[in-house]
Amino acid sequence: MSAWRWLEERLELGDTLGPLLRHPIPRALEGRIGWAYVLGASILTAFAVQVVSGVALAMTYVPSTESAYDSLRFITDAATLGRVVRGIHWFGASAMVLLLLAHVTRVFLMGAYKYPREVNWLSGSLLFLATALMAFTGQTLRWDQDAFWSLVVGAEQAARTPLVGDWLTRLIVAGDRVGGATLTRVYATHVFLVPAVIGLLALLHVYLVVKRGISEPPRVDEPVDRAYKARYETLILHGVPYFPNAMWRDALAGSVLVAIVLVLAGVFGPPQLGKPPDPGIVVADPRPDWFFIGYFTVLALMPPGAEAILIVGIPLLVVAFLFALPFVRPFGQRHPMRRPFALAAAVFVIGGYAALSAAGAEAYWVPLRSDGAALPAAVTAPLRDDARAGAALFVDRSCWSCHVVEGSGGRRGPDLTHVAARLDHDALVARIANGGPGMPGYAAALGSDDLGKIVAFLLTRR
Amino acid sequence: MRRRRLLERVTVACAAAVPVMLGVPVLGYLLAPLFQRAPSEFVEVGRLGDFALGAVTLVRVHDPSSLPWAGQSADTALWVRRREERGDLAFQVFAENCTHLGCPVEWRQGSHLFFCPCHGGVFYEDGRVAAGPPRQPLFEREWRVDGDRLLVRGLSLPTEKRRQ
Repeated sequence: MSAWRWLEERLELGDTLGPLLRHPIPRALEGRIGWAYVLGASILTAFAVQVVSGVALAMTYVPSTESAYDSLRFITDAATLGRVVRGIHWFGASAMVLLLLAHVTRVFLMGAYKYPREVNWLSGSLLFLATALMAFTGQTLRWDQDAFWSLVVGAEQAARTPLVGDWLTRLIVAGDRVGGATLTRVYATHVFLVPAVIGLLALLHVYLVVKRGISEPPRVDEPVDRAYKARYETLILHGVPYFPNAMWRDALAGSVLVAIVLVLAGVFGPPQLGKPPDPGIVVADPRPDWFFIGYFTVLALMPPGAEAILIVGIPLLVVAFLFALPFVRPFGQRHPMRRPFALAAAVFVIGGYAALSAAGAEAYWVPLRSDGAALPAAVTAPLRDDARAGAALFVDRSCWSCHVVEGSGGRRGPDLTHVAARLDHDALVARIANGGPGMPGYAAALGSDDLGKIVAFLLTRR
Repeated sequence: MRRRRLLERVTVACAAAVPVMLGVPVLGYLLAPLFQRAPSEFVEVGRLGDFALGAVTLVRVHDPSSLPWAGQSADTALWVRRREERGDLAFQVFAENCTHLGCPVEWRQGSHLFFCPCHGGVFYEDGRVAAGPPRQPLFEREWRVDGDRLLVRGLSLPTEKRRQ
């Protein structure tokens, strides 16, 4: 105790931090609504988890394209508690992204970005982008096949930017191609550059939260105008101190978060390492981590004609929304029930991204590999002669990769279970030989003999 | 008071000078890859006998200009299609990267098509787009025959604007 007093006499932290911790907040936050306000502090907790687990991983991870994959294998399979620490970093990252999305949604729906808290929102927007960059670089540092090709896909998107596209690509891969210089840059970005930026921005963000005061829960028909600041001062006069009246919730939420991350890390461990990051292995199914899988769907399904605009336009639109919002709508209604378009937009964006993510997990647009595949015996058993040979060719010549027959096959093209009811012999021949929208023409690849057999098979599908 | 104004200016000028002094060399170092071009020399990818007439063959090439610690990433894959026994049209050498967003395309002999595993691009044997999001044919690499060796040039990551 006397040691503490000795130190405090010299540090005088009570003078500096005391008023900060006890800064007044609206009394309404003592109610159940207070739980909606723990998200911001929980992100900070998740960030701390990432710093701690990240520093630990950096003690072992070797950031060279030659050894990164092996060092991750070592961390995961051999190092004591390595699997758990990687798991903590993975679930911590997932938690940070999820909480960030929830926090942005809450602030947006409660209209807390409005006057005089515009800069809170702007600094938060930068934190959002920095966290997205952490998610992308973190996925890349896993340096397996998925990581390698996700980086390539990212660089190829940057390449579409007008004027500076080629520069951006060279900057991302650090040269002409993904190679020895690439991973060290991604590493330094992920462990030094962006975390430092996040730390500084978080400091500014927290300073503003205290300085401007946390926004009170919105009330219907109490719009924000120039007089808001004075009204808030009055509100705060009857406020309660942040510590402990609201901080206990942040502390409880933070420790529950850490406990959940630990349990998930212990039970499930980190994501499996994929195949080695070898560009010579062309049998690949590159998929991004869950945060980006919805965007993977966007890239697959966007109309090719609009792609030149959308690949650059969608990220720009997100950035433009984040930075324009507090300037476009600094005043007016805060309550979501008085902002039906804002509410609808939030539901649409979240629901839409969830649907895109579900589609991305399935990726029905990718033709299946047909090696070792076969149509169900119930389909092939009754077939004779040409139709029987045609059924084998149907799989062998990749028709099966995109078309379902009796539940077996790819889902990219139409179901052919009853195709003969729609198309006659000549129509089938024409369609297979010439192709169609989304379907290759097989005239060159199939001799007329094989074509005839496949058609004979398809004609049995009534 | 004039002295104080002067000292203010000196302080601000010094505070601005330090980031500039540090920034020039450091940014120059970091931006250097923008201006470096890997030497583009011809690299052997195989003997003529390795490539059967009418076949599409996967070859692995080592980038001789890669850094010593590049490991597997010093390699890249190419699809070599042999169209004729000899002559200017004997070969087509495709980069492995899909022209949509760069994922590795996979040749399937049964359908004589290249399939991309990411967003569903499909290409014909001669590199033309058969289906899916790509708009351009597969990237082709420059090749030449030297004796009975097939040489290929250009191993950079191809993009829409930078096809070599």
